[in-house]
Amino acid sequence: MALARRPGSQMAEPPLLDVAGLRAGYGAFEVLRGVSLTVAAGEVVAVLGANGVGKTTLNRTLSGLLRPRGGRIRFAGSDITGADHAAIVQAGLIHVPEGRRIFPNLTVRENLLLGSYARGRPARAATLARVLQTFPRLAERQRQKAGSLSGGEQQMLAIGRGLMAQPVLLILDEPSLGLSPKLVEEMFVLIGRLCAEGLSLLLVEQNVVQSLAVAARAYVIEHGSVALSGSADALARDTRLRTAYLGL
Amino acid sequence: MMALLLPALVGGVLTGGVYALVALGLTLIYGVLHIVNFAHGSLLMVAMFGAWLLATRLGLDPLAAVPLMAGAMFAIGWGLYRFVIGPVGRGDDRGVLLATLGVAVVLDNAALIAFTGDSRSIETPYALQMVQAGPLLIPLAKLVAFAGAMLIALLLWAFMALTDTGRAIRAVAREPEGAALVGIRPARIFALAYGIGIACLGAAGCLLLPSFYVSPQVGGMFVLVAFTVVVLGGMGSFPGAVVGALLVGITENLGNLYLGESLGPICVPLLFIAVLLVRPTGLFGAVR
Repeated sequence: MALARRPGSQMAEPPLLDVAGLRAGYGAFEVLRGVSLTVAAGEVVAVLGANGVGKTTLNRTLSGLLRPRGGRIRFAGSDITGADHAAIVQAGLIHVPEGRRIFPNLTVRENLLLGSYARGRPARAATLARVLQTFPRLAERQRQKAGSLSGGEQQMLAIGRGLMAQPVLLILDEPSLGLSPKLVEEMFVLIGRLCAEGLSLLLVEQNVVQSLAVAARAYVIEHGSVALSGSADALARDTRLRTAYLGL
Repeated sequence: MMALLLPALVGGVLTGGVYALVALGLTLIYGVLHIVNFAHGSLLMVAMFGAWLLATRLGLDPLAAVPLMAGAMFAIGWGLYRFVIGPVGRGDDRGVLLATLGVAVVLDNAALIAFTGDSRSIETPYALQMVQAGPLLIPLAKLVAFAGAMLIALLLWAFMALTDTGRAIRAVAREPEGAALVGIRPARIFALAYGIGIACLGAAGCLLLPSFYVSPQVGGMFVLVAFTVVVLGGMGSFPGAVVGALLVGITENLGNLYLGESLGPICVPLLFIAVLLVRPTGLFGAVR
């Protein structure tokens, strides 16, 4: 069962997402000062960093909510630098935001259906069935208003809504934030399952240990640029990671 | 007294039905854009004059003109938001509010130039026809207006509840950034919602014309009632707008019946104050 739409296999495969020298910010404040990173098709990449280093700004820029001030974003073979958010969703780059941003006044089912807003009706029923299979708790609460769900369920719904868009690459922004330890555990089991199904993932997290356990590679962001990068195994052993992450 | 009570009740319900249509547009625009649309009354006036022109110049019956005027007013509302209210407001609520006020001033004065301040009406073959229902004699024009208003309210509800676009409108109303992330363009939804709210006025204008005079000032009368209805029912609530409108229509009629034409009109404001004292968010408003 694959929730992801894989791009056609190519001979010399360029990265699915290729970000080079990305700069972005708000007003006079520059948050991203030249971020470069890549995600290959089918790869799980973690972006780590403390609060306020620019992780969320990176996601907002990648998903077109914020216009980049410089640099280049290539996705699935085309340049999407400065493209508008709807075109980016259409291309299959789907962002599950920090704070979930689900529609509290709509039912769980309506939230999921709107997830495929950019895809239209043809594949919707089948995708919905698969997402409900992945999240049995959402299936039970389909008719309930999304605002009445618990925090963990709302996070599941946000991810489910993202999957409804048939992502080529899914960006998960702090999926474990504000969840109880038990739910964090569950969340990473789910992320591991999505990886195993072949979904390309950019996992943006503060939870270093568990993120490195599911990711193949990771980038550590500090002061708006990449301070450290490498394979997850190497980074897990790197003492500099602790230093960079804790901002000491 | 009972002989008078029943007709007054029925008359109140019938008038309330058309109030509901005016209020639905207002509550939809408030619910999605979070602004009070000061141009609402003026746009209702434009719709009534539109229906009046169609009736007097082309001989088109106002009831037959409902789809045409709803479509035309949708286009006007969409265009107004897309090219005037949106750009002038720049997403700042005060800016949007003032833009709608500006639109109202321009429309009111344009209507004064075009039509002078006179009141006008049309004559329809069914203007004086009555429908016998048991002991009641119901004016046909009002009955049809009520039925039309309820049908449109039902269609609007179905559109909002069952279509992707309707869901997108509700999603943008509460969570524009989340909506953007599923590929909805909030700016388009705003223009669409404004257009739909104004399309309701197109229909309302046609339904009102057989039983009301039209003049450049007519909007003020209805919109004051519509504001009362929207706040009474709960701002942004569809059921609130319908129930509130029926309640206001009934209260108005009973007040006039028992207290007379001069003291009667205080009943609606009294009801308004009483409801808000007990439920500050209105009958169907979200309790915060």
